[in-house]
Amino acid sequence: MAEGIKKKLLYVNRKAPYGTIYALEGLEVVLVGAAFEQDVSVAFLDDGVFQLLDGQDTADIGVKNFSRAYKALGDFEVRKVYVERESLAERGLDSADLMQITYEDENDDGAEKPLVRLIDRRELAHIMSEQDVILSF
Amino acid sequence: MSTLHIVNKSPFERNALASCIGHLGNDDAVLLIEDAVVAARDGSTVAPLIREALTNGPVYVLAADLAARAIKREGVIAGMKLIDYRGFVELAAQHARTQSWL
Repeated sequence: MAEGIKKKLLYVNRKAPYGTIYALEGLEVVLVGAAFEQDVSVAFLDDGVFQLLDGQDTADIGVKNFSRAYKALGDFEVRKVYVERESLAERGLDSADLMQITYEDENDDGAEKPLVRLIDRRELAHIMSEQDVILSF
Repeated sequence: MSTLHIVNKSPFERNALASCIGHLGNDDAVLLIEDAVVAARDGSTVAPLIREALTNGPVYVLAADLAARAIKREGVIAGMKLIDYRGFVELAAQHARTQSWL
């Protein structure tokens, strides 16, 4: 990508973690891609909302628990993280079930602020329609 | 500029098509390829979903994938458009972005 060109990139996460490699690959691409200083958004919908649940314990399935890495999103300058409200509700979940993910607000003396924003399906559809590129996982 | 939404999974196995149709913007197009083409047959329980998408914008289906699965053109939901691979490329070029519903 040419230097100085900033694109609106949306990562769409629709799969639960561990059953397939999609969730881990998606997270890795977001973190690697953050180095390229693009206008990044990350959305969790459908079974993708399970990626952000608090209390994941993979000790007995022999797979690395990568859920803590989501907490690094803020440190990687990602500021737009969306969870679809309808997807949570369909699965009997609400925002209290999600990990606390924060970022340090450089415009507010480094105050820790919540990074994840709950939005409804209509808002998410609008966000999708504003992107230059959408990457699906 | 609108989005070309590409679905490749059967709606009888995954919710990709339903989720896609729930996130359509104005005039967005939907393209069914691979196993998703089973949704094109009229009379199935997912036909209402396709009709909902048709009220919003065009719905295309890749003819080669229909033929491979013995789904006859006459049995496809009215209003859907059959396209070939060249049409697929043209659609991708005509839209501002593509979104794959894996």
